[in-house]
Formats: sequence, structure tokens, C-alpha cells
Amino acid sequence: MLCLTSPVETSAHRWRPGIKFALLCAATFVLLAIDSLVFQVAAFLGCLLLFALPGRTFFLAGMRALKPLWPFVVILIVWHGITQDMADGLAIVLRLMTAVGLATLVTMTTRLSDMMDFVRWALQPLARFGLQTRLVELGIALVIRFTPALAAQGRQLAQSWRARAHQKPRWQLILPLTVAAIDDAEQVAQALRARGGLMPHNSGVPTPARTD
Amino acid sequence: MERSLALSALFAARIAALFLIPSFTLAFGVPVTAQTLGVMLCGTVLGAKRGTLAVLLFLVLVAIGLPFLAGGRGGLGVFAGPTVGFLVGWPVAAFVTGLIVERWRGANLAVVATVASIIGGIIVLYAFGIVGMSVILERTLLEAAGLVTAFIPGDIIKAVLAGLLTAALFKARPASVLSRASSDG
Repeated sequence: MLCLTSPVETSAHRWRPGIKFALLCAATFVLLAIDSLVFQVAAFLGCLLLFALPGRTFFLAGMRALKPLWPFVVILIVWHGITQDMADGLAIVLRLMTAVGLATLVTMTTRLSDMMDFVRWALQPLARFGLQTRLVELGIALVIRFTPALAAQGRQLAQSWRARAHQKPRWQLILPLTVAAIDDAEQVAQALRARGGLMPHNSGVPTPARTD
Repeated sequence: MERSLALSALFAARIAALFLIPSFTLAFGVPVTAQTLGVMLCGTVLGAKRGTLAVLLFLVLVAIGLPFLAGGRGGLGVFAGPTVGFLVGWPVAAFVTGLIVERWRGANLAVVATVASIIGGIIVLYAFGIVGMSVILERTLLEAAGLVTAFIPGDIIKAVLAGLLTAALFKARPASVLSRASSDG
């Protein structure tokens, strides 16, 4: 499964996700608290340096993650150019890019399995209120398993459409794709029940069916 | 319970799959993603509770680093960006949309689901989106609203589509349109 974690190994890959989250929260708080343009420029350059340290591949992947911000950057620069308070505009733009950049750094240096461990840990307090954290984990696993399957079905539907029509398919594929999702869900539910169900009274995960 | 979990998970996977299909664009060249339509359908088809769960599940996966948002975006960065309000508003939008479809019986399902999608998927969602954009970009609410109005026509088209698709789905799989089903299953 495609994931946004960088294949370029950095020392931050070995840090505990909780530490990275705490650092990210602290850094974002400081970014929001200080308005000075000089500080925001320094913070942004520091963020770029963190992206550059592991090498070119890592840096380019990080910059790709910042690319969707460009429309907002252009709007803000033009806006503040018109209102003639460019320093304020630049500070807002740099703060935005640094905050998104630092969050992206955490994503790029944390493996999916470590993230899952962190989610499990973060959900623990909710277990006191009756949330079955194992159900959430099972739900996450099902989504990861079925997204490529549904995407493949979608591509197949698109090919079938193209074979019969001149135009590209648009919204027309959503209905068959949703029906496919429902049918798959019914089968998954049956399979879960066949393996003993979700049983809220004990572990909360299905017991594998005995095959012997 | 198994059915609720499976449907929530599969609908979350479907929101993700809506962007993985490369040729997904709406009519009239409106630059919109089909994912908001996916969120509307979570509410209209699964109902308030399961629809919200499906969207929450989807967002957890985006947060932990799966590139499930339009354009292959994902990870924690999107929750620090200007569109964070829309992401936070998605589960609420699905809840409100689902709640309206569950409660408003007696009228034509296509009409009910369209109106519910407009209220939940546009009015409620944009309220969150505009507040988020206003905070992150340091604009007034009115200025932030001005930045997103261009997307409203596309979202109205999506709401109408959500209504029509829900009605069509009710014909194809009546028992699976849980917002209108009486039992859990």
C-alpha cells in the first residue's frame, strides 16, 4: 500500500512517534505565538534545512507535499500587495508553509506501523468511555485492504465504460462503485460473523475459524 | 455490529477510491473532487452514526499518512493547511446529512437526500471550512467566505447527484440504505 512515509531512512524514523507529535505541537504553538517576520523567515529556513539534510530525494518529496499551498500563497501575496502590508502577508505565508512543512516531516519520518501504535495509545483513554479500540484497528485494516480493491474495481468500470461510449465516464461510475462497496461490505460482515463475530464482551477481534 | 463496521470501513475505502480513479471529474469543467460527494453519500446512505464513523475512519487514515485525499495528499500536513476546516467539518457534515435523511420520511428520497446534502454537505461544511480558512490565513470570516464561494456551484451539483444516487441505490440495494432501514442487521 502506497504510504507517505519516506523510503529515505533518517534518524527521525527511529524516534518514538509520541515525541515527534509533542515536538510538532510545541513548534506549531511557538509559530502561532510569534508574529515577527524575522522569526518566521528563520523558522522556514530551519524547516527547509530539515528537509534538505536527508538528501535530494527526501527534499523533493517534501516540497511536493507543500505544492498544494501555492494558490493560497499567491492569493495572500497579491492581497497584501494591494493592502500594502507585505510584511504581515509574508509572515502569514511563511508560518503556514513552516507549520505544514513540519507536520509533513513527522508524516515522512514515521512508519505506518509506528503511527498505528500511536493511534492505539492515543485511543486508550477513550476505552474508558466504552470505545473498543480493537474495532477501530480492525476498521483501519479493512479500509487499507479494500481501498486498492475498490480502486481496481473503479478502473475496471471505467474501462468497461470507455469500451462502450465515446465520452470518458464521470459521475456515472459512483453508483456501481457504491453498490460494489455495499456488496463487499455485506460479504466482509458475513465473513466476520463466520469467524465468531466481533464479540464486545471479550477481546473485540474476530477469532479465526478453525480449519482442522 | 459486524455489518456496521464493514459498511463504515468500505464506505471509507470508497471515499478514498473516488480519488484513485484518475478520470474523475464532474460535468461543466467544474474543478471539484468527488470526495465531498463521497462524504455526502456516507450520510445519505449509511445514516448519521455510521456515516460519521466512516468519515472519521477515513480521516484517521489520512492523518496517519495514507495519500487518500484528492491529488494524492495526506498526512499531518493537511491538518495544518488552510483547508483543515473542511476536513474537520466532514464528519459533522455526514452526521447532519444522515440525520436529516433518517428523520425526514414521507417525501421522495431523491429530494430529501439532495436537501440533506445541501444543508449538511454545503451549509454546515462551509461553516467549518470558512472558520478554518479564516484562522489559518488570518482573514475575516467574510474574506474567507469570498475565497471559497467559487466552489459552491460545483457542490450544489454534487448534492443533486448525491440525492439521485441515493434514490437509485435505494432501488438497487434497499436493505443497505441504512439511513432508511429500520433494523441494524
